[in-house]
Amino acid sequence: MPELITFILAGLIVLAGALGVVLLRHPVHAALSLVATLFGVAVLFVAQEAHFLAAVQVIVYAGAIVVLFLFVIMLLGVDEAEDLSIEPLTGQRPVAIISGVCILGLSLAALFFAGGATGAKGTSGTPMGGAENITELGRLLFTDYAFAFEATAILLTIAVIGAVLLARRPPGEVLADAGSEETATPKAGQEPEVVS
Amino acid sequence: MLLAADFPPEVTASWYLVLGAVLFTIGAVGLLVRRNPLVMFMCVELMLNAVNLTFVSFARALGDLGGQVVVFFVMVVAAAEVVVGLAIVVSVLRRRPGATADDIAMLKG
Repeated sequence: MPELITFILAGLIVLAGALGVVLLRHPVHAALSLVATLFGVAVLFVAQEAHFLAAVQVIVYAGAIVVLFLFVIMLLGVDEAEDLSIEPLTGQRPVAIISGVCILGLSLAALFFAGGATGAKGTSGTPMGGAENITELGRLLFTDYAFAFEATAILLTIAVIGAVLLARRPPGEVLADAGSEETATPKAGQEPEVVS
Repeated sequence: MLLAADFPPEVTASWYLVLGAVLFTIGAVGLLVRRNPLVMFMCVELMLNAVNLTFVSFARALGDLGGQVVVFFVMVVAAAEVVVGLAIVVSVLRRRPGATADDIAMLKG
């Protein structure tokens, strides 16, 4: 019974947040809905005895990534609301919704007719919850998955260097860029819509 | 299996998998419908989270912690992807404020 209540509440939070990301016109509001979704997923992780991942989810996703999103929204001043009633490509929305229904139908068909998920809980003796969870995860990371773990180190280094190179201004362009920034800034902030 | 006869029904792995499928679909439709590059990024995050939820469900259903390790790696890759993607968005939007995904469709500088 407690798991049922947890599932229903967290599932509602997840779905409401996801719909908010898609339907809210304002990027800041969409980012805040994303926080709700990520938090709901963290709750579902706890319900499934993935305690370490739930903590990482809250810290990395809800903490770092969403703050990065909000930072970029504020930095660029792109926080004007998008007019969702304009459909730029004719017929794009119906096609998008049809493909969405197809994706959902195929996933559910694979789930219920392929016979993969029996719904039974695992019976093997691997410790899943509590402190054993973190111990076992760490052991797996540094034994079976050691190569992938090292590869993520390289990936993160490349990502940091790439982000610095992409976002920095070329040395020769500093003055010209500053001039264009001055003309661009009032344009971007023309409608200082108050975030309520 | 989803509509078990006894009440309260037991929350099985299928429930989480269905929720993950719905979440993935919402993210995919949002990615197709929205034009703001930042919101499109958020929809990609929704899809990644749906997959993470599925992995954790299977990890518990099969009693294998490998699924949770994969989720760990997905999170690392998602963080790297967001960092690089947002840097690209920043450098594009700095040149053309207010650009949407349709304005930058031609891959011209």
